[in-house]
Amino acid sequence: MNTNQTASQQESWWSRLTQSKYFIYILISPLFLVLLAYVIYPFYQTFIQSVVGTEGAGIGNYKRFFSLESTANLEALWTSIYISVISVITCAIVGVTMAFLIERYEFPGRKILSILVLVPMALPPLVGVLSFTFLYGESGIIPRSLQALFNLESVPFSLKGITGVIVVHTFTMYTYFYLTASAAIKGLDPSLEEAATSLGSGRIRIWIKVILPMLTPAMVASSLLVFMIAMASYTAPLMFGVERTMTMQIYLSRTNGNLDMAATQSTILSIVSISFLILMRWYQGRRNFQNQSKGISVHRTELRTPFMKYLSMFLSFIGVIILMLPILVLVLISFSVDGEWTIQIIPPAYTFDHYIALFTDERTWRPIWNSLQMSFVATIGNILFGVAAAYAMIRTRFKGKALLDILIMIPWALPGTVVAVNLIAAFSEPSVFSFNQVLIGTFWILPLAYFVRHLPLIFRSTSAALMQMDQSVEEAARSLGANWWYTFRRVVVPMAFSGILAGTLLAMVQGLGEFVASILIYSTSTMPLSVAIFQKMYAFQFGTACAYGVLQILLIIFVLFISQKLTNGKAGAVI
Amino acid sequence: MKSVRLDNVSKMFGTAKGVENVAIDVKPGEFFTFLGPSGCGKTTTLRMIAGFYYPTKGKIFFDNRDVTTLQPNKRNIGMVFQNYALFPHMTVFENIAFGLEVRKLSKAVIKEKVERAQKLVHLDKYGNRKINELSGGQQQRVALARALVIEPDILLLDEPLSNLDAKLREETRLEIKRLQVELGVTTIYVTHDQTEAMTMSDRIMVMKEGVVQQIGSPQEIYNKPANHFVASFIGEANMLEGEVIEISGSTVKVKVDSDLQVEGVLDPSADKPKLEVGKKVKLSIRPEAIFEGQGQNQLHGTIQLVEFTGVSINYLVKVGSATLKVMIINKGNQILNRGDSISLYVPEKGVYFINE
Repeated sequence: MNTNQTASQQESWWSRLTQSKYFIYILISPLFLVLLAYVIYPFYQTFIQSVVGTEGAGIGNYKRFFSLESTANLEALWTSIYISVISVITCAIVGVTMAFLIERYEFPGRKILSILVLVPMALPPLVGVLSFTFLYGESGIIPRSLQALFNLESVPFSLKGITGVIVVHTFTMYTYFYLTASAAIKGLDPSLEEAATSLGSGRIRIWIKVILPMLTPAMVASSLLVFMIAMASYTAPLMFGVERTMTMQIYLSRTNGNLDMAATQSTILSIVSISFLILMRWYQGRRNFQNQSKGISVHRTELRTPFMKYLSMFLSFIGVIILMLPILVLVLISFSVDGEWTIQIIPPAYTFDHYIALFTDERTWRPIWNSLQMSFVATIGNILFGVAAAYAMIRTRFKGKALLDILIMIPWALPGTVVAVNLIAAFSEPSVFSFNQVLIGTFWILPLAYFVRHLPLIFRSTSAALMQMDQSVEEAARSLGANWWYTFRRVVVPMAFSGILAGTLLAMVQGLGEFVASILIYSTSTMPLSVAIFQKMYAFQFGTACAYGVLQILLIIFVLFISQKLTNGKAGAVI
Repeated sequence: MKSVRLDNVSKMFGTAKGVENVAIDVKPGEFFTFLGPSGCGKTTTLRMIAGFYYPTKGKIFFDNRDVTTLQPNKRNIGMVFQNYALFPHMTVFENIAFGLEVRKLSKAVIKEKVERAQKLVHLDKYGNRKINELSGGQQQRVALARALVIEPDILLLDEPLSNLDAKLREETRLEIKRLQVELGVTTIYVTHDQTEAMTMSDRIMVMKEGVVQQIGSPQEIYNKPANHFVASFIGEANMLEGEVIEISGSTVKVKVDSDLQVEGVLDPSADKPKLEVGKKVKLSIRPEAIFEGQGQNQLHGTIQLVEFTGVSINYLVKVGSATLKVMIINKGNQILNRGDSISLYVPEKGVYFINE
């Protein structure tokens, strides 16, 4: 008895601390500190730069932005919004149609199409745009073949300008609509439709009253998402020469040395993006069409007439070609001899050298190695932060949860360009958060940028895994005598492992392909892979550029495959 | 084997009331049940004993040791959860061994103890199975073995049978009781199922909306319900309210309405309800305390509904303004039809005055 009491007295200050309801705030403070240092502080620095500027404090920069005398900025804002709205519409049409065809109809070629429909996800932004210019650009393979085929004076069509941007957006972003729509359709119990039919509803009425309302939440969420991504798009406008978009304006201001204006433009773009993020979270919070049905079996309608069968077969074939061409063309060009391809339809000479050079030539291997290192460092940070934040978010109660959630999601909503500008504003000078070092120009700035940009990935995949895990499992471990740390190691981490790993792989691969922020802040000593692709491209070394691209695609396909396996086909949840 | 004492324990969730002033004394080796509808605070009370919640007020003692704010992992309890909470990434063996590994026992000892526990719950050959390869009943037994193998001072069971189908539930009920008697471990059992509570427990605590209604043996709870709620929650009861018209000694006559007058005897052992002529009183008559035929407390009524269960014939009988549930044991009697009139009687010991 006595020994018990002394033991409990010795423990008492510690247990009093751990049982205090404020103890949780000590535990979560590092999370908020990281967010403060690398999300809020850089953002704040940018804002300060935009109002203080070189010509004294004030809102002069904002006045200039909205001034009607030089309308470049307003035009850019307008073009960005215009491109984004059109992108949402085209992506919605393509994505939802694909989802309905694949989920609801049985036709020859359905299987292959249902796999390839996700191919655009395997294209890193820069590589995707690159292959589109090779395919459909002014000297692209398709326009030139058509010209040769029909003996035309000039190419019949070519992708350029805003149209080009929108086509690339549609191709790369319709998957967001496809994924959410097909999930919603899968969750749509056919017996609901049957119930409506049995109550006397006709086909059209069922669509208006049953199917569309069930799909609306998915559609709204995807629209907001695509809008946000389209606003942030930088690579497509860059490659198609659309200078009047927000992201391009920021890039141009920055390269012209007009840092105040770049900061102003960043702040305005951030406000647009963050308001969309908040709108999206708010909407997701109140959407509540949970399907009540248990075991859902989807019946696919079979096409009956032979004509429809042949038509669908033909259309699937076209679909497969369109989906595969960007990758095939990259593979093709990756074997071409640099500098030989000029006015021919396809490259005239081929070689295997680029692939050998990737791993043997120090100069071409260097960017790969840089990217691997930097992405690795960033991912380690993401794992530590993501797992801790997810656990705090799902398993503990504290005030400020909504704030933590929004703060973690903000970097994901911020365009890469803005993230880069923010980091420049914050870390061009020594600060507490960078341990009194100047980070710009060092190795550490890119890993930091990747860390910030991919902050939500592991957090989200881990939260999803934790949410599926019943809290009583942890309590069971505690009741069996395991302390918190033992429980965390032996029960929580193993059970959330697939989620953690899926997020980790995704963060790693995204880091390897990151271009938008890299192009603004890389230093020549640590040039990343994507910037190398960009430079090879401008040096007309198409072969090497494409070989890099193919390497990236292979990595992404590998990761998607693994995470598909890990999450039992719910890879959509990770995105 | 330890005793558990709750000393006026209350739990608030923010401003919402969880449980209020629970005071119990569970004896070593006792099978003690918390019974009540969902949301009555029984699980909250159990979780405070387990250490997952700390009481807002009051203290909890295991034997004489104050454990009110002790961490759950230091209480040496075994707990079985409603959904079993097995570790899905471990085998049956690893699940059962978990608590022993925490206690840093040697490999050989762990192996021996786990195998003995497996035998105890008839899962000897299942050591290498994954959890998702087991049926619900088998999972339940793994959870039980995992809780028992650490030789807990107190076994806590949170609705352990509610996820099983009816037949398995009965089997497992007997199994749990057998293990508890064999091992003699102090057991606290939470359920909303009165049959489980009645058949397994040494004592039952009936709760409603966070407040203890009655603590007593199954017989006490059934035969001498403390109030309206206990009477109607456990078993079926005809609850009547009437005016006392005569008291002679311990016999009390109550008039429910002009067609329904009953006489009952006050229980000498229980607290006497304060009865006075002219005052209102509540009484309960169990359906099985009403008999067909002639006798004390003669009643006449009309049958409104007939239900044949095999064991019994259940009637709903309208007597005056009241409708009584009547259960006649099936001894091959003739079954009456709706609309028939019926003669009933209630022996005076079947009338129970509720002290409210």
